[in-house]
Amino acid sequence: MIGILQYEFMRNAFIVALLASVACGIVGVYVVVKRIVFISGGIAHAAFGGIGLGYFLGLDPVMCVIPFSIVSALGMGVVSRKTRIPEDTAIGILWATGMAFGIILVALTPGYFYGPDLFEYLFGNILTVTYSDLILTLILDVVIIVVVALYNHEFEAISFDEEYATAIGLPAERLYLLLLCLVALTVVALIRVVGVILVIALLTLPPAISRLFSTRMRDMITRSIAISATVSIAGLLLAYATNLPSGATIVMLSAGVFMLTYISIRIHARGTPV
Amino acid sequence: MEEIVRLEDIWVHIDGKVVLEAVNLSIKQHDFLGIIGPNGGGKTTLLKVILGLITPSRGRITVFGRPPEECRRFVGYVPQNCLFDHEFPVSVLDVVLMGRLGRLKPPRRYSEEDMKIAYDALEAVKMLEYRDRPIGRLSGGQQKRVFIARALVTSPKLLLLDEPMANVDSHMQKELYELFEELRGQMAIVLVSHDISAVSIYVTKIACLNRRLYYHDTKEILKEELEATYQCPVDIIAHGVPHRVLRAHD
Repeated sequence: MIGILQYEFMRNAFIVALLASVACGIVGVYVVVKRIVFISGGIAHAAFGGIGLGYFLGLDPVMCVIPFSIVSALGMGVVSRKTRIPEDTAIGILWATGMAFGIILVALTPGYFYGPDLFEYLFGNILTVTYSDLILTLILDVVIIVVVALYNHEFEAISFDEEYATAIGLPAERLYLLLLCLVALTVVALIRVVGVILVIALLTLPPAISRLFSTRMRDMITRSIAISATVSIAGLLLAYATNLPSGATIVMLSAGVFMLTYISIRIHARGTPV
Repeated sequence: MEEIVRLEDIWVHIDGKVVLEAVNLSIKQHDFLGIIGPNGGGKTTLLKVILGLITPSRGRITVFGRPPEECRRFVGYVPQNCLFDHEFPVSVLDVVLMGRLGRLKPPRRYSEEDMKIAYDALEAVKMLEYRDRPIGRLSGGQQKRVFIARALVTSPKLLLLDEPMANVDSHMQKELYELFEELRGQMAIVLVSHDISAVSIYVTKIACLNRRLYYHDTKEILKEELEATYQCPVDIIAHGVPHRVLRAHD
């Protein structure tokens, strides 16, 4: 198995998987405790519009996804809060609209419709990551770490009780939008690993596992990063050994770990309600 | 005496329904105002108007002479609802420290002074020994006490308590009332409850709220007003001379 590290693409894959684990480990915790899983799923899927835009304009799709997903994250945040449209309806609409926008743009780009590399953005193919993807993921990590280091108390407060946070004078709505922007950046970091459709799995599963035995946010974040890194590396190795798609393998492995952890904790705490 | 809150002809509509109707209220320094009324009578809404969380559709409100959103730093708030997510990964001490967040400038870091204030507040509500427990593992009454501590660390000039005694056992209720009585020297207190008996000897003024606010700037209420508030006949139970809340009736 050690032999696989002699290939540069495998080395890149491992490094990107570890770097992406930092992003999703941190931001995923807020996604889970603030219960914004659905809006995060919407941001991830709408990001496909950015990929389509990249194809259409002949630019690097990942570079187009960054501004596109930030704009769609802010759009979803504002529309779901400021209009009379129910939040989940607004998210559902923007979720599908973003994807449809991407599909139309890809269709309008000569020679690309349903190309094999498009499939990679939908379901991820970590084995195709390049050195520049690696640098980009590193930069995204640094941005996320800096923002969370500055605002972790505020994010904790708005996750715990947003109305109370407003009542003590915190700019809760702006903090919420900032958090959604971090979700958008995390989506970008994860696209190469698992693709837009499976992003939500890595944003929820490692934090959900971590939460089963964490009673403080800080512990939940560090454990969630460690769990995410472990399942990503293990999933990659498994995918390599079995010749299965890497993104889906990582997700299936995480789901398996979650279920086993959940069941074993419940067995130990027998008598308490599931 | 300094006026802290002034509401003039406040109307609030939520989803087309009138929740508050022509409410006038003045809260002054050192007041301990008890507001009673049935569930759905608009008590929580009234507190949220004072916090600037709900904008009235009509009327004028000032808190410390300014719009309510600008004065949140001076207002402590204990919300009615206890935590619904019992698995939230946060300790009691961290919850209390959240109350300090509004007073700090970014990047907000808790200082030793913040810690000391949080410890003192937890001590005041007799919850210090639980400081490292996850908040979700506490009983409803214990959570209430933690939320009272969280409101106290803001060093408020106005303390808004929404059903603070819900789920709190009667022995602890007495201690909390005595705490509020002590705090009254430093701040005005508004306590909201659907339970008439809960608003006991400690309040200095009392008001009834059921869409309309019946209020006389005294500690007494009329039987007719209570009946208008609760929309049903009310038996007046006075607690004897030293404990009297309600005017003696025939």
